[in-house]
Amino acid sequence: MQQIVNFILRNKTFLLFALLLFISVILTIQSHSYHRSRFINSANFLSGGVYNTSNTVSDYFGLKEQNELLQEENNILKSILFNAEKNIDSSFIDSLNFKNHYKFTTARVHRNSYSKTNNILLLNKGKNDSIKQDFGVVSSKGIIGIIEKTNANNATVLSILNTTSSISAQLKKTNHFGSLKWDGLSPNNIQLSEIPKIAPVALGDTIVTSGRSSIFPKDIPVGIISNFKLDTAENYYEIEISLFNDMTNIEHVYIIENKDAKHIKNLLDKNE
Amino acid sequence: MNNLLSIHTVRFVVLILLQVLLFSNINFMGYINPYPYVLFIFLFPVKNNRMVFILISFLLGLFIDMFLDSGGIHAAAAVTIAFIRPAALKFSFGAVYDHQAVKFNNVDFGQRVTYISILTIIHHFILFSLEIFNFSKILLVLQNTLFSSIFTIILCLLISIIFSGSNKK
Repeated sequence: MQQIVNFILRNKTFLLFALLLFISVILTIQSHSYHRSRFINSANFLSGGVYNTSNTVSDYFGLKEQNELLQEENNILKSILFNAEKNIDSSFIDSLNFKNHYKFTTARVHRNSYSKTNNILLLNKGKNDSIKQDFGVVSSKGIIGIIEKTNANNATVLSILNTTSSISAQLKKTNHFGSLKWDGLSPNNIQLSEIPKIAPVALGDTIVTSGRSSIFPKDIPVGIISNFKLDTAENYYEIEISLFNDMTNIEHVYIIENKDAKHIKNLLDKNE
Repeated sequence: MNNLLSIHTVRFVVLILLQVLLFSNINFMGYINPYPYVLFIFLFPVKNNRMVFILISFLLGLFIDMFLDSGGIHAAAAVTIAFIRPAALKFSFGAVYDHQAVKFNNVDFGQRVTYISILTIIHHFILFSLEIFNFSKILLVLQNTLFSSIFTIILCLLISIIFSGSNKK
C-alpha cells in the first residue's frame, strides 16, 4: 500500500499531465463526432458575451456590403411578390390555410470560421428566441448549416464546411439525390456523393437541397457543379460543387424551423 | 510576489482575448493563423511548482477551446508543452538552466529563438494532428504546422522583445 502511495507521490507531475491530456483528448474526440454532447462550446455566458461586445464594434466594417446584399434580396422578393399578385383571385380567401410549415427567424453571425476542418459559426439568437438543435440556417444566397448548441442568447451552427456533417441534396432538374460532404480543402467548394450513374449530370447544373431530411425545405440553393467524375466502383458520381454563398463573408442569416419535424420523426420511428 | 502574480494574471487574460478576437481571425492565405497565446507558457517563471504550471496551462488551453469551439485540441497541446518545457529549457539554455537562473529578459537571442521554436513546433504539430484527426491527411498537418509555426515564432519573438524592453526601465 505504501509503495503505491510512494509511486503516486513520485510521479504526481506525470500523472497529472496524463490525466489532463486524457481529458482534452476525450473532449477532442467528442467534438469530432456529430451531435455528441459538448461541454466546451462558445454558446455560453462568458464567450458569448465577449463575442457580442466585440461584434458591436466590428459590425460597422462590413455594413456597406451587407446592405447591398440585403437590397439585392429585397429586390428578388419584391419581384416575386408583384409578379405573383396578378395570378391571385382577390375574391377567394383561403381561411383554412392558416398553418405554415416553416417558421423563419433572422439572426446575425457573430463569429465565423472557415479555415479549420470543422467550422462553427456563432449566432446572436438562442433559446430565448425559441431556437433549438437541428434547425436549419440559410442566407439569402443559399445554405449555411445546422444549429448545434444553444444557450439563452446564442447558438452555434455546424457549418456545411465541416467534415462531420452530411446534408441531403439533389440536382435541380431531376430528383436524383445524394449527400453533401466537405473534404476540408477550399471554403468555396463542397462535394456531393452518391448521385447514381444514371443521373444526367452536366457542368454548371444547379444543386439544391432535397427536402428529404426534416431540417431544410426543398429547393434551397447550394451551388453549381464545377467538376464531376465517377467513383472507383463506377456506380456513383463524385461531384465538386462551387457554392453560391461566400462562406468567408456572412452576416445576416435566417434560421428555419420545420414545425412538422416532430411529427415526421415520430412517423418514421414507428415504421422502423 | 504579488506583483508577479498580477502580471501573470493580466498576461493570461490579455493573451486569451488577443488570441480569440484578433489572431484567430487573420486567416492569412486562407488558413494560416498564429497562436501566440503559448507565450504565456514560454514566459511562466521557471522556479514555480510544476503541478500548478501544468494545471494553469490546461486551463489556458481550455479557455481558448471554449472560444474557438475546437473541442480539447488547444488544451491537449498546451498541457503537453507545459509538461516537456523543462526538457526544452535544458536543451536551449544548458548550464544556465541547471543553476535555476534563467531570466527571459537577459538570455542570449539565439537561445531564446531555439527555445521558442522547439515548443511552438511541438505545440502546433499536436494541435493540427488533433484538429484534422485523420492520418491520411498527414501532409496537410505538416503543412499547417510549418506555416503557422513560422508565423507564431515571429510574433512571439516580437512581442517578447517589445515587452522585455519596457520591463527593464
